[in-house]
Amino acid sequence: MDKVLLVGVDCSNCSNRALEYAAGSADDGKTQLIVVHVIDWSPFSFNTAQENAERHKRREAELQRAHSEIVDPLVNDLRQKNIIARGVIRHGHPADTINAVAEEFGATDIIVGKTGSSRIKSQLFGSVANTLVQISKIPVTVVP
Amino acid sequence: MPRKIMGHCIALAMILFTVSLPVLASEGVDARINEAVKPFADTVAGLVFVSFPVAGVQIPFVLVWLIFAATLFTLYFRFINFRGFKHGFELVRGDYNDPMSAGEVTHFQALATALSGTVGLGNIAGVAVAVSLGGPGATFWMILAGFLGMSSKFVECTLGVKYRNEYTDGTVSGGPMYYLSKGLAERSDRLKTLGKVLAVLFAVFCVGGSFGGGNMFQANQSFTQLVAVTGGDTSWLADKGWLFGLIIATLVGMVIIGGIQGIARVTSKIVPLMGVLYVSAGLIIIFMNLSEVPVAFTSIVTGAFSAEGIAGGVIGVLFQGFKRASFSNEAGIGSAAIAHSAVKTNRPVTEGFVALYEPFIDTVVVCTITALVIIVTGTWNPSVDPSQGVALTSAAFESNISWFPWVLTVAVVLFAFSTMISWSYYGLKAWTYLFGESMITDAVYKLLFLFFIVAGSSMQLGSVIDFSDAMIFAMAFPNVLGIYFLLPVVKKELDEYWSDYKAGKLKKFGKAANRV
Repeated sequence: MDKVLLVGVDCSNCSNRALEYAAGSADDGKTQLIVVHVIDWSPFSFNTAQENAERHKRREAELQRAHSEIVDPLVNDLRQKNIIARGVIRHGHPADTINAVAEEFGATDIIVGKTGSSRIKSQLFGSVANTLVQISKIPVTVVP
Repeated sequence: MPRKIMGHCIALAMILFTVSLPVLASEGVDARINEAVKPFADTVAGLVFVSFPVAGVQIPFVLVWLIFAATLFTLYFRFINFRGFKHGFELVRGDYNDPMSAGEVTHFQALATALSGTVGLGNIAGVAVAVSLGGPGATFWMILAGFLGMSSKFVECTLGVKYRNEYTDGTVSGGPMYYLSKGLAERSDRLKTLGKVLAVLFAVFCVGGSFGGGNMFQANQSFTQLVAVTGGDTSWLADKGWLFGLIIATLVGMVIIGGIQGIARVTSKIVPLMGVLYVSAGLIIIFMNLSEVPVAFTSIVTGAFSAEGIAGGVIGVLFQGFKRASFSNEAGIGSAAIAHSAVKTNRPVTEGFVALYEPFIDTVVVCTITALVIIVTGTWNPSVDPSQGVALTSAAFESNISWFPWVLTVAVVLFAFSTMISWSYYGLKAWTYLFGESMITDAVYKLLFLFFIVAGSSMQLGSVIDFSDAMIFAMAFPNVLGIYFLLPVVKKELDEYWSDYKAGKLKKFGKAANRV
C-alpha cells in the first residue's frame, strides 16, 4: 500500500462531501481509505450507578449501531467502486481520537468535513476540524 | 407494548400512593405510625448501637467495630492508604486507560459515581454536630478516621470488583452480597453457609438503610434547611413537607421508574459543581479569617488530647470525630462497593487504589473544610441540638457571606437528591438479590422508595429515622465480618499487582506512556 488516507465521518449523509473528496483521491488501487467514526465520549464524565452498570451493554449497542447505520454502508459503497476501504469505530473525543487512529494506521493525510457550527460556537468550543489542524502531525484537508 | 402500559400503571399507582400520604400526615397518622414502630425500632436501634461505657462515655460497639477493622486493614496492607495514594491518582487520571476500552466505565467515572452517593449531608450537617459536641479537637479524630477509612474502602472495592456478576446481556452487578456469598464459598464449604447468611443479612440491612439514611433522612434534612432559609416557622413552606416530598418523589420517580435519565444526568453534572462551589466558598471564608487559622489548628490539635468542658473528656471528643467521619464516608459499611464494581478493569485491585480517594475527598478534604469554617468563624457552641447540624453550618457561612445560606440550600437539596438516586440503586440491588429480578419486584421496591421520600419529608418520624440509621450501620456487621475471611484474597491480588507495578510491567497509554 502506497498511501493511507483517513476520512472522518459523522453520520451517513452529513460527511458526504468529505467522503467524495477522499474517494476521489483514493481510487488508484494503491491507496487504502480508512473511514473513521468517533462516538463522542469522555472518560471524565459523571454518571449514575445505573448508567455505569449498563455501560458495557450500551457501548456494544452504540458500536453495533455505528457499524450498521453509518460505517458499514459507506465502506461497502467504496468497495463497490474498487476502493480499498476499511471502517474504524472508536469512542472518545472526536479530534483526539481521529488523530490517534491516524497515527495508529500510519495515515499520510486526514480528510474531514467542516461542520456546520456557527462562528461563535466554533470559536468558543472549537470544532473538530480546527482542533485537528492544531494537533495533527500530518496534513489535514478540511472539505467545506 | 406491554412494558409501556405496565409503566403507566406503575406511575398511576405511584401517584395515588403518594398523594394519599399528606392527608394521612395531617390526621396525626405520623404520630400513630411512630407509636406502632417505636418498640420495634428502638429494639433494633438498641441492638445495633449497643454501647459500653469508656471513661464515662457510652461508646457504641459498631463504631469500635468499624475503627478496629479500618486500623487492622491499614496495618495488614502495610499502610496502603499512604503508599497507594500516588498510584491511585495515576489510575484516576487515566494513565492506564487502554484506548481500546474507550467507552467503558473508567476509574474516574466509578469514583465520581460513588462519591456522589457519599458527599452530602454528612459533610455539612454531621461535621457541625461533631465540632459542636466534641469541640475543635473532634476534627483531628475525624481526619484520622478518614485516613483509616481509606483502607476499608480499598478492601471493599477490590472485593466488589473481583466477585461481581457479569451477565450475558452485558450488565454488571456487584457489592457485598456477591463477595460475601461467592468469596466465602470459595474459601471452604463450611464458610459457604456463613457467606450466604451474611450476604442475606447485608442485603436486608441495605434495603432498610436505603429507605432510611439514604432516603428519609435526606428528604427530612433538606426540607428542614429549605424551611429555615425561607423564614423558619413563618415560612409558607413550613407545613408543606408533603409538597416538597411529592416534588422530590416525582423527580426521583421520573428517573428510577420513568427511566428519564436526563434528570439524573443533569444532576450528576450539577452535583460535582455544587461540591466545588461549596469547597471554594469554604476556602474563601478560611482565607477571610486567615489570622484565625493558626489558632484553629492549634485548638484542633490541643483539643484532640485535652478536652476541657467536653462531655466525656478526650474519649468523648474522639467518639464525636470518629462517629461523624463514619456517618459521612461509609467506610466499612459496604455501600460504595456496589457503586465501584461497574468499572472496566481486569485487575480488581486497581479499583481499590481508586477507592482510597473516596474517604480522602469526603472526609479529609470536605469535612475538614466545614470544620475549619465553623471554627474560624467562631460559630460552634456546645449547646447545639444535634438535629440542627445544617443550620449551624449555614450560620457559619452566613456570618461571612450573607447570601450563602441560599446557595447552601440548593447544594443540600441537590446532594440529597443525588444521594437518594444512589441509594435507590444500592437498595434495589440488595432487594433483587433477595427477591430475584423481575419487573414486579423491581416496581414494588421503587414504589416503596418513593413512598418513603414523601413520608420522610412530611412526617416527623423520629423512631423510623433512628431505625434506618441503625440499618445503615448494621450493614457493617456482616460486611466487615465477611471481609476478615477474604483478606488473604485481597492480599494476593495486591501483592501480585504491586510487584508488577514496581517492575514497570503495567502498560501506560497515551501521553502517560511518555511520562517517566
